[in-house]
Amino acid sequence: MVSLNLNAQEAEEETTGKIDTKTGVKEFVGHHLKDSHYFTFFSDGEKGEHYGIPLPVIIWDGGLKVFSASKFHHGEELVELDGNYYKLYHSKIYKTGPEGIIEYGENHFPTNERPLDFSITKNVTAMIIVALLMFLMFWSYAKNYQKRSIPKGFSRVLEPLVVYVRDEIAKPNIGPKYKKYMSFLLTVFFFILILNLVGLTPLGINVTGNIAITLGLALITFIIVQFSGNKHYWKHIFWMPGVPVPMKIILMPIEVLGMLTKPFALMIRLFANMMAGHVVVMSLLGLIFVFQNWIASPAFFGFTIFISVIELLVAFLQAYIFTLLSALYIGMAVEEHEDHPKDHGEDIPVI
Amino acid sequence: MVGSGLIVIGAGIGLGKIGGSAMDAIARQPEATGKIQTAMIIIAALLEGIAFAALFAS
Repeated sequence: MVSLNLNAQEAEEETTGKIDTKTGVKEFVGHHLKDSHYFTFFSDGEKGEHYGIPLPVIIWDGGLKVFSASKFHHGEELVELDGNYYKLYHSKIYKTGPEGIIEYGENHFPTNERPLDFSITKNVTAMIIVALLMFLMFWSYAKNYQKRSIPKGFSRVLEPLVVYVRDEIAKPNIGPKYKKYMSFLLTVFFFILILNLVGLTPLGINVTGNIAITLGLALITFIIVQFSGNKHYWKHIFWMPGVPVPMKIILMPIEVLGMLTKPFALMIRLFANMMAGHVVVMSLLGLIFVFQNWIASPAFFGFTIFISVIELLVAFLQAYIFTLLSALYIGMAVEEHEDHPKDHGEDIPVI
Repeated sequence: MVGSGLIVIGAGIGLGKIGGSAMDAIARQPEATGKIQTAMIIIAALLEGIAFAALFAS
């Protein structure tokens, strides 16, 4: 409750200086859901002040250049470094001339050149912190087992989840070789879960709602599945046994497409669910300020709380679904076939 | 706008059918409730995935 109030106060300060509350809310929501080079805790729209931590900007532009994001002054200043000028526009860095002009092409997209951006942005910071947190949690959990057979302390929270991933997700889907893949499945499950939960807090850290990050996770799943595919897996894709030859030729592109669509669907599913959830919650919060009367605002406030509780369920569910489907795909890649023609009655759906 | 409405209708009908079949199955065999619930949640998440992706693309 208190955290939602703080978030609401922040929204109010951002929008009182704007002409139209609706566009103010839209900009606020858009700004919070994007990655940024500055870790903002709260900002004052009227004074134009932002309170937070500027993060290092690391770009590759012929040579490695490192500087602090405070030089950008939130997109107002032009940074000059070794004769090149850089400007921050909508959270992206562009190379400009000395006047700092951004040229627009069609659809109002900037056409300036961009240096390779390896900065430590807000999302990268959040992922590093979560990785350290996970390392600490699981290291103490593993050490706990050296002294006693039932863990004590925080590890008691982790144990049912880990056992659930092993007994309900890994063992039934992968079969006897599940131990090799347990570390990957556990990592993916807890990483996505913690990042989803962090995204629900008012810090405005939206990591899993960023398609680049879900692309990375889906890519890792794809690589693991391909590298652990055995002969049966590849045979089923390229030369499906048990069907006449013309069908085999037709089935091959469909199977290859299916092989590529499955990680793609993983990526889109996680991204869309998280992004949609965050957009809905923030828009509802903004609606409290668009309708500024005594009946609508408390109603929207209650509605926001309700939607946030559903988002909590969705956070757990999406982590579970990603892990489950990864385990399913790995299981399909490593399974040993006993009878060929009978198995294809129970094929797993693609999407 | 009409597209978004159609997407929500599709998702609603799909989830309704899944829920309905799940209820029938649980009524027939109450001891399999756990497995049926798990399968229902999985299919619901898959369906929501498409629905959200389509909502975003529209």
